[in-house]
Amino acid sequence: MTTPTPRSPMAPPRAFLWSRRIFLTLLTGFVLLPVYVMVSSSLKPLADVTGRFRWLPSELTVRPYIDIWSTVPLAKYFVNSLIVAGAATVCSVVIAVFSAYAVSRYDFRGKRVFTVTVLSTQMFPGILFLLPLFLIYVNIGNATGIALFGSRGGLILTYLTFSLPFSIWMLIGYFDSVPRDLDEAALVDGCGPLRALFRVVVPAAIPGIVAVAVYAFMTAWGEVLFASVMTNDTTRTLAVGLQGYSTLNDVYWNQIMAASLVVSVPVVAGFLLLQRYLVAGLTAGAVK
Amino acid sequence: MTTTTAPAGGPAVDTSPSGAAAGGPRRRTGRLRRIGLPYLLLLPALVLELLVHLVPMVIGIVMSFKELTQFYIRDWGTAPWSGLDNYKVSVDFDAPVGEALLHSFLVTVGFTLLSVGLCWLIGTAAAVFMQDTFRGRGLLRALFLVPYALPVYAAVITWVFMFQHDNGLVNHVLHDQLGLTDKPSFWLIGDNSFLALLTVSVWKGWPFAFLIVMAGLQNIPKELYEAAALDGAGMWQQIRRITLPSLRPVNQVLVLVLFLWTFNDFNTPYVLFGKSAPAAADLISVHIYQASFVTWNFGTGSAMSVLLLLFLLLVTGGYLALTSRGRRTAA
Repeated sequence: MTTPTPRSPMAPPRAFLWSRRIFLTLLTGFVLLPVYVMVSSSLKPLADVTGRFRWLPSELTVRPYIDIWSTVPLAKYFVNSLIVAGAATVCSVVIAVFSAYAVSRYDFRGKRVFTVTVLSTQMFPGILFLLPLFLIYVNIGNATGIALFGSRGGLILTYLTFSLPFSIWMLIGYFDSVPRDLDEAALVDGCGPLRALFRVVVPAAIPGIVAVAVYAFMTAWGEVLFASVMTNDTTRTLAVGLQGYSTLNDVYWNQIMAASLVVSVPVVAGFLLLQRYLVAGLTAGAVK
Repeated sequence: MTTTTAPAGGPAVDTSPSGAAAGGPRRRTGRLRRIGLPYLLLLPALVLELLVHLVPMVIGIVMSFKELTQFYIRDWGTAPWSGLDNYKVSVDFDAPVGEALLHSFLVTVGFTLLSVGLCWLIGTAAAVFMQDTFRGRGLLRALFLVPYALPVYAAVITWVFMFQHDNGLVNHVLHDQLGLTDKPSFWLIGDNSFLALLTVSVWKGWPFAFLIVMAGLQNIPKELYEAAALDGAGMWQQIRRITLPSLRPVNQVLVLVLFLWTFNDFNTPYVLFGKSAPAAADLISVHIYQASFVTWNFGTGSAMSVLLLLFLLLVTGGYLALTSRGRRTAA
């Protein structure tokens, strides 16, 4: 402990090691408990989840995974969520790339106003603009016939603006870290600014863009408030549809857990595969 | 930020080749395009933010001065003006509506302070403990991010199951297995609901703090630790003297973002309790949602939202002024 050596390679004091071990073990338990409940309950027969809680299933069954598709129209909700979250992600990323490129590479009047305004929208309580947005969409629908309320389009439009501020913010930092010499060279070679953006800057910033896409997809996939107000029977997304299992007379907890698992797998798998990029993106951009 | 290589004044633009190659008129349109280009690039983001955030906000403020009940939803412009009536109702703390709003506000403040504090503490501790490499660190990091990655409704509905009175895990452990309670407790109604909400919120929220602090730690130069170790500083001292002070700028933003997200959180309580939350866990977002959509009184709901926004503006402004000044004097 008294030998002066740099932090990383040296053996930390025992007290530190023990507190680390205890803390991380407890934390792992806390984190994994619901995950365990979700996985184990999804493999239980109904009797196991209606009676007193059991740590282990009395018998393993995949029945819940078959029944979830017929108890509620889960496949329809799934497709709706995929369309909404996918479209919102693509639009959000493309728009954020344009905005971040402008802020990162150009000096223009109103730059600061723009970044501050966009970021400050993060502060608004969703409930504040839910009511007016609801009315705007209804009125746009009445006036022009473009159905935004109750349609996937309205939800896509709404969700992409949710992830936009953070995405722009993160990409500005990321683009700043891409050497300007690179796109200047491309401009000298006769590329237009947009070609320089897509040929040079975007490829160099792929980790940041991936991180932003993951964030945008997760935001849209998990949102509940607007989904509960702005969807109808045909456009319902998973966020609302999953509650269908608990409003019936019987509560099929095993099916709820199975359905929760099924709808979580795409995002969690994607997130865990790409989390490296997210951390790298945050390191380069947001936390600088 | 990182403006190291760039001289001031749009360096990328000035080397544009169109001007060099062509004469007068083309040069002028080229310059026009160059001046307009950044605005053109910003246009989509600007239009969307205006449509979905800023215009609705203005309309929300207008609505808060109207008597906007269900009869006027179809054509809200015709709703009669009501002056400050909606605000008077909202802040009349002796009448039921105002009293309920005040109660909900206080619950939200208490909940937010506790949740943000715990999320920050756990996230920072985990990130600092995992700063050095050890076996299984990568796996653990992935595991810790699972609550953040799970969709809110899937995660929270699992907690709903765990908190069930008859068939939930929590009562099974506390009552059946450990015998800590005389009889099974109710977790999703009554006073316990606050504790349940806090647990779920911390479980869901701390990985974000972990993620951000972890990213922040990677920007601390290794030489600082090496120099400190040479001077004989121990592990704890290094954490206190180097790690935590270096995280200050990251923390300034992190705590604010956590605060705003937690204070405005709707998804967690909504999935946990349904449309009407128990009084002990009546968070402000759900409260306003209920006041608006269940009673279809949009005017009062809007007034409450505007009051909420004013409060958040005040807190954010005060917080930024306070923390920025602290940082300046410390530097």
